[in-house]
Amino acid sequence: MNVSHASLRKALMMVAVAAALGTVTGCHKKDKPVNPATLGPMPATVAAPTANLTAEPATIDLGGSVVLNWRTTNATVVTIDGIGEVPANGTQTVSPSTSTNFHLVAKGDGGSTEANVRVTVRVPQAPAAPADNGDMGSEAAFHQNVQDVFFDYDSYDLRPDAQSSARTAATYLNAHTGIKLVIGGYCDERGSAEYNLALGENRANAAKTALVSAGVNASRIRVISYGKEKQFCTEANESCWQQNRRAQFSMDR
Amino acid sequence: MMLLSAATLCAQDWFKTETSAGVSNIRIAVADFKAVSAPDPQTTPLKHTFDTTLYNDLANAGIFDIVSKSLLPQTTPGAPAEISLQQWSNAPASAAMVAFGAFGASSGRLTVSGYLFDAKNAQYPQVLAKQYSEDANEDMARQIAHRFADEIIFRLGGGIPGIAETKIYYVKLAGGDKEIWAMDYDGANQHEITHLGTVSISPRIAPDNSRVAFSSLGREGFQIRMYSLLLNRMVNFPSAGGTNLSPAWSPNGHDLAFSSSRSGDPEIYVADSNGGAARRVTSFRGPDVSPVFNPKTGSQIAWISGRTGLPQLYIMDADGSAVTRMTDGGYATSPSWSPNGQFLAFAWDRKYGPGAPGGQDIYVMEVATKRWIQLTHDIGRCDFPSWSPDGRHIVFANSPDGRASSMRISSMLADGTGRRSLTGPGADMPNWSWK
Repeated sequence: MNVSHASLRKALMMVAVAAALGTVTGCHKKDKPVNPATLGPMPATVAAPTANLTAEPATIDLGGSVVLNWRTTNATVVTIDGIGEVPANGTQTVSPSTSTNFHLVAKGDGGSTEANVRVTVRVPQAPAAPADNGDMGSEAAFHQNVQDVFFDYDSYDLRPDAQSSARTAATYLNAHTGIKLVIGGYCDERGSAEYNLALGENRANAAKTALVSAGVNASRIRVISYGKEKQFCTEANESCWQQNRRAQFSMDR
Repeated sequence: MMLLSAATLCAQDWFKTETSAGVSNIRIAVADFKAVSAPDPQTTPLKHTFDTTLYNDLANAGIFDIVSKSLLPQTTPGAPAEISLQQWSNAPASAAMVAFGAFGASSGRLTVSGYLFDAKNAQYPQVLAKQYSEDANEDMARQIAHRFADEIIFRLGGGIPGIAETKIYYVKLAGGDKEIWAMDYDGANQHEITHLGTVSISPRIAPDNSRVAFSSLGREGFQIRMYSLLLNRMVNFPSAGGTNLSPAWSPNGHDLAFSSSRSGDPEIYVADSNGGAARRVTSFRGPDVSPVFNPKTGSQIAWISGRTGLPQLYIMDADGSAVTRMTDGGYATSPSWSPNGQFLAFAWDRKYGPGAPGGQDIYVMEVATKRWIQLTHDIGRCDFPSWSPDGRHIVFANSPDGRASSMRISSMLADGTGRRSLTGPGADMPNWSWK
């Protein structure tokens, strides 16, 4: 069954191809070919518009200007994109801020014609805009959102205020995954240097743990204890000591 | 003041330190040495250095009742034949022992003959006779005096070697940086060891004086560093994660105990002296720092732990077992174990807290009984006591106004007497050499 169907289809196709060939050759043998320009609704006596658009110079530096010069014939309406309707012939000085394709459309009774010219604008390399901007956020935004946390004396447990600021910090850090940070552990000037270094380590680690449990990847965080070796404030009073008892966040570069 | 000294006296009845053990104080007279070379402009200052150094070494030894210079006979005997012992044994000198000798400097060499005579033994008075010959300079004049003093102390001090030739390693403040420095036991010859341009702290000299271990701030925080005194340069010591600090040598020099937070919490570790095979000995949440081996046995470690809140003094076996808390409160730091293994010196603020009247002072505790005495009183913040190898002295850091920048190094006898200043402000964390 299948075989007989296939051979039947093949035979039909052969017949169709032969018939088509016969038709085409027959056409050529007939009259001269039709000129497409003579076709259409308009009478053949109306000429189509012509248009020519140039730019001098074709390449400028940012802030420079370029002279556009155009000539059209047989056009009733001439427009340039971005400029609007213009006379049939004219010049205009423009100062594009980026490379631009000027597109001219000339419409006339004989149809419409387009002309294009490209002006290249050399934009100087943007001065040291951080490539990873956006994801890293700014230094100011970092310090606004990721604030130092402070501790009670001889304690490395996060106070309630420190816990809420750690949550704020974690939210910011989770939104800016490009940031790596260093947590420095600091102590006030009282107490003993070696013990304070260990205490500072515990403080910085307490802050790290709070961030990690709020979803910040531990591999983004480096912890350094400075103990009382790098004092932020050197007065001998409680407000100053409190400033020194902290875990300080900074961006790791 | 009366009350205070009475309390101190009572406290001192509790136990005897090396200072008061053994031979009771011997009355010794130290004669100025006789200049024997031709009058040379160089000899006079060198002899003055020698005489002063010898006198101070014996006066500071803690085992002598030294005869005041004003009570000495007007003679300067240079040889056994020149001394009239009666002059020295009679009042007002009333000396039991006399140190004297001859000091010469010629053609760039120092020649010193030193004698120690028993003033009460007319028949065989000579106890010691020593000769020294060295290059003629200030340093050698001091060194000869130290050696002769150590001979006398060894002979009269119950066979315990003197400490006049020992060194003290310490931290010198230099602007925002801290470098490791060294000096002679009496504060002379202060000189720089490291120049790393960072914060280096907690120097600990090896028992054989070959290396200094310390902790230094780098990009990864504090790490244990090692300086070779034989090569005069830094030698490698492996870094680890977290804060690594407060190294301490085992008495055989094979092991190093230190605090490391590589696990996230500061714990005591013991590694070999090259940093290999580190093993953790403590495991309890909270800071664990400042380990020190029992120098007598090497089998125990004293350290500071904040596992219950404020830092307290603890001891344990070197494998981490048999943990015993030694202090019952306050804020205790910086232990140093006495060479005979019986005592712990440490810094303690017994009334620590905001607004508390307490001060941080040096205390000594008897390990077996946990009884303690306070060694410093009303001289400001004290920290980092370190025993001398003879167990008779303790060097420590002291800040009269409590500010870190005012820290200076003083030494005292192990009963708190005989305190004297070794450095000016800007010196901290002294560590006395083992020999």
